[in-house]
Amino acid sequence: MSFEPRIVGIFCNWCAYMAANLAGTARMVYPSALKVIRVMCSGRIDPQFVFWAFRNGADGVLLAGCHPGDCHYMEGNAKCLRRYRLMKKLLPQFGIEAERLRLEWISASEADKLKRVAEEFTEEVRGLGPLSFKGVELGILEEAGKGQARL
Amino acid sequence: MKPKVALYWCASCGGCEEAVVDLAEAILDVVNRVDIVFWPVAMDFKREDVEALQDGEIVASFINGGIRLSEHVEMVELLRRKSQLVFAFGACACFGGIPGLANASMRDELLNYVYSEAPTVENPENIRPVPDYKLDGVKLDVPEFLESCKPLDEVIDVDYYIPGCPPSVGVIVDALNALLEGNLPPKGSVLASQKSVCHDCRLNTTKPEKILLKSFKRVWEAKPDPDKCLLAQGFLCLGPVTRGGCGALCINGNMPCTGCFGPLDGIVDYGAKALSFIASIIDSTDEEEIEKILEKIPDPLGLFYRYSLPKSLLDGIRR
Repeated sequence: MSFEPRIVGIFCNWCAYMAANLAGTARMVYPSALKVIRVMCSGRIDPQFVFWAFRNGADGVLLAGCHPGDCHYMEGNAKCLRRYRLMKKLLPQFGIEAERLRLEWISASEADKLKRVAEEFTEEVRGLGPLSFKGVELGILEEAGKGQARL
Repeated sequence: MKPKVALYWCASCGGCEEAVVDLAEAILDVVNRVDIVFWPVAMDFKREDVEALQDGEIVASFINGGIRLSEHVEMVELLRRKSQLVFAFGACACFGGIPGLANASMRDELLNYVYSEAPTVENPENIRPVPDYKLDGVKLDVPEFLESCKPLDEVIDVDYYIPGCPPSVGVIVDALNALLEGNLPPKGSVLASQKSVCHDCRLNTTKPEKILLKSFKRVWEAKPDPDKCLLAQGFLCLGPVTRGGCGALCINGNMPCTGCFGPLDGIVDYGAKALSFIASIIDSTDEEEIEKILEKIPDPLGLFYRYSLPKSLLDGIRR
């Protein structure tokens, strides 16, 4: 049997979650690999949520919030973007491919974008295989041997 | 009869032992009030002396260091049996600490590096530590190097936590007084402040209501103004997410907080919280600019998990 990834979506209540609702009422089909959790704002996405998901068996985590400038709380999505960029730098140090974490801006009307992103991301994660924590060569010691370490 | 107390070290640097000596005159008072039955770094008691004690005869054991060798496991299990209370003493025992950073590499990678690959190592016969080695018919036992470095409470039951790298004099004295006067809080408590480092920091009054930064500074890049909040100056100070109790010692020495007192109550993953807070004060909404600002954080794991990698959500599942 082929590998069926488990993807945790953490969606903003005002946009991406609405888009998922819209996709549902429009009877659009998107991959069942995606399990959605609703938060009030992408700015509420604590990095602990993301790490918790990976710890408990998620193969990928999809964050989604309002388009830049459209945040219901002014700048929550900007905070999310900054945390996301920093998490992308950190995850490989734990042996997790940065591609397993993705952030998308999806407005309440963009059910089609949600469907496309969910499909794309599911395929991408399927390609990466199950989360093994061995997908990334840490190479810290290797770098140290070359005198390039910044430990 | 004076209460019996034991002190032990596992994977540690000796700084926690030094911290006990740093009690200065206060240590004389402590020595008058307790009977130290085991303290390998300073007194000549052996393992047999501990084994000879009754179970629970030691009132409290203060154990510092992470758990990295099979010997550490044996010793802390022995001390647990002989002690009514166990205190995890210092950042390494509480969260894994600096030795815990080795968890960023696999056990074999570490051994390969240390015994052959490091540029300063010459080991043509590839001699490695072997737990069970016979020489001229004599069995030599070297403790086994375990898969990973663990905090104390992943090996034995821990009653109280005294964080810090090392714990500062104030928290040690308070913990000892609480123990001797029978004033200990509920089991599992961290014996330090319930507020962040900023709360104790003399520069707190200079901290703006809202901090937003266009760039970060590394400590070697600029000389900090000693009278202005280091974070507001752009230094990566982790004071806001770190438990207080140290009296903001590092900031008084013009160094930003690196987080050795660990998380405040209710936080599962210290590094995640520190990452979250640092990211949130970046003054940019542009992806490229954010990336540029983040160049000043080349090693997020080392920055955010300096003392708590073995306690992090993502450590350990890799193995």
